[in-house]
Amino acid sequence: MAELQRVGEIIEASTTDFVAQCYELYQLPPLGSLVKTRDQSVELYGIVYNAATTSLEPGRRPIARGKDEATEEEIYRSSPQLMKLLRSEFGALVVGHRQNDKLYHHLPPQPARIHSFVYLCLPEEVNEFGQSFDFLNILINSRLPVPTEELVAASLRQMSQAYDDPRGFLVAAGKELAILLSGNLNQLKAILGRIRQ
Amino acid sequence: MTQQENQRLGIVVSGSLNKGVEVKLDSSASIEDIAVGRFVTIEGQKRRFFGMITDVSLGLIDQKLALTPPDVSDPFVAEVLAGTSTFGTLHVSPTLTIGGDVATLLEGPQPVKTVPSHFSVVNLASQRDVELVFGKEDKERFFIGTPLDMETKVCLDLAELVKRSNGVFGKSGTGKTFLTRLLLIGMLQKATAANLVFDMHSEYGWEGRDEQGRKVKALKQLFPSKVAVFTLDEESSRRRKVSTDFVVRIGYDDIEPEDIALLRQTLNLTEASVQAVYQLAREFGDKKWIEATLGLEDGDDTKQLLTRLSIHDSTYRNLRRGLETVRRLPFLLPHTPDNPVKRILEYLDRGTNVVLEFGRYTDITAYILVANLLSRRIHAQYREAMEKAIGEDATPPRPLVITIEEAHRFLNPEVASQTIFGTIAREMRKYNVTLLVIDQRPSGIDSEVMSQMGTKITCLLDNDRDIDSVLAGISGKSELKSVLSKLESKQQALIFGHAVPVPVVVRTRDYGSAESYKDLVPRDEAEAGEQAEKDIEELWG
Repeated sequence: MAELQRVGEIIEASTTDFVAQCYELYQLPPLGSLVKTRDQSVELYGIVYNAATTSLEPGRRPIARGKDEATEEEIYRSSPQLMKLLRSEFGALVVGHRQNDKLYHHLPPQPARIHSFVYLCLPEEVNEFGQSFDFLNILINSRLPVPTEELVAASLRQMSQAYDDPRGFLVAAGKELAILLSGNLNQLKAILGRIRQ
Repeated sequence: MTQQENQRLGIVVSGSLNKGVEVKLDSSASIEDIAVGRFVTIEGQKRRFFGMITDVSLGLIDQKLALTPPDVSDPFVAEVLAGTSTFGTLHVSPTLTIGGDVATLLEGPQPVKTVPSHFSVVNLASQRDVELVFGKEDKERFFIGTPLDMETKVCLDLAELVKRSNGVFGKSGTGKTFLTRLLLIGMLQKATAANLVFDMHSEYGWEGRDEQGRKVKALKQLFPSKVAVFTLDEESSRRRKVSTDFVVRIGYDDIEPEDIALLRQTLNLTEASVQAVYQLAREFGDKKWIEATLGLEDGDDTKQLLTRLSIHDSTYRNLRRGLETVRRLPFLLPHTPDNPVKRILEYLDRGTNVVLEFGRYTDITAYILVANLLSRRIHAQYREAMEKAIGEDATPPRPLVITIEEAHRFLNPEVASQTIFGTIAREMRKYNVTLLVIDQRPSGIDSEVMSQMGTKITCLLDNDRDIDSVLAGISGKSELKSVLSKLESKQQALIFGHAVPVPVVVRTRDYGSAESYKDLVPRDEAEAGEQAEKDIEELWG
């Protein structure tokens, strides 16, 4: 089994979502990918819905530095302190949890703890998680800074890669969405347009 | 076939016992593969239901979709929407319960008295289900054809079939003759009844022809020891190289006044002439009246006789013209050396089936006269034998099935009450004589006779009156009507009535190829060999 890839550490947590900071600048998990964190006996699953790279200090904005540099890499090379003054963080929406070896597609009893490590799920885990589409309901009904269609589409595209038959997975997911969004055809059309293969 | 076993179609979403249930089609099942007339099973919580698809329709989850149709040229979108936002619905009439409760386990399929609960799963009926309903081919059941799009055999319960009069209907050229031939072969194969066939076009005895003009074997070629061919027209039979067993000649003394009365329409006789026939028969005696009447010469004697019997001269002329027509029939002789009725009964008693070929005498006068005349005598004999059997507790005579073509000529409302066929259709079941009626205008047949028919097998009909008369009095008529009018014009028939537990559309089994003959003729020895092989296999596992 492949090694779990640690992608960050939780710096903010609530019942419905958590924010994690990456250890390395720009080492962000992709939008829509499935990540997990552990809280004693409970494993929490989240879908990355937002990511940002900002200044370490809220009041201090980065300034343009590349006027005399030939390439972008040169900027970081000539000002190595930049890597320490900026930070990358991402938000994940909690979509399920595992307790006593059982996977649940609903919210956990407790939110994640600060400083818990966040890992990117392995394809086998993504595959197992995607067996049920109950998480789509959480995605559709949550109010997020990113458009719901974009998040749903991105997460399905990500998940489909863990399957031998990505198209089959997407069709099945599409059918679930068609039922969930039976009253909102425009949203359905937008999502289908983003996940079509 | 195996991939069709228990193929899931959808789930029950609504319905009633009266109108049947609505089934929402699964997205995995394509609506274009579903044909009206196919069988399905519904897995209720406590019972399994068996029914037939009677309608197919399209549904939308949101009417907006109909106004702004999605882009289905994209196969992904089309696949996602199929079965979710857009779906097919089936209308299914459950007819039987096949398993689940005690009664069904003990007594086989039972008529439905309720509907399956919400969201019961609907599957295409598997071979086993259809076998459970129609039975396997055995010594009483005859394989007549296969349900639509299936390989399963639909079997007719022939023992049940011959207990009542039956009808084969259909427009000209839809396969009535082939179906009838199959039914006759079935009865021969299973030996459920003796048959007497009035074969107007000489196509059941030795050989017939299909639409393409190819020769097909008929009864005598397939069952040489069980079939006797009688002919009215020796010359025609000889030309067609048919070996006949007996040449039928009918004497004037065999013709009774009732026989002429029945020919009233065909001979264009007046009501008065028919009355005159009875008077003349009283005068000269039942045996001699035709000869005597035809022998009357114009003269004073005749005039006196007519005056005495108060027969008007024009009536006499009218009758005479009619009798001359009868006399011109070449198989009629003043006296016959042999008695055809006796001969036919001898053969039937021995279990030999009799096909009476008409050769060139295909005009309806000859057919009605002969069929009626012979049937009446045979009917009388059977009645006697049956009454004797009841009185003495002896074995009743073998069931007899009389096959007649152009049945509306015998059984139309005007003559049905007079002809022997009307009587047989109505009451002869008790005397072990039944009819197999073949006709292309069922609306011409007396409704009372139609209602007494046990099993009706009908090929395509498109005249509304014909369809109505065939389906009269059956439950689910309007649904069957749509099935009946959608039949193909070849090799398809709708069967309903006593011999089948539910109405069924079949594709008639093949007939005419060398293989089909092999299947139709019992191969006792071949079967014995197969059985031995099977036994050995079972023994050694």
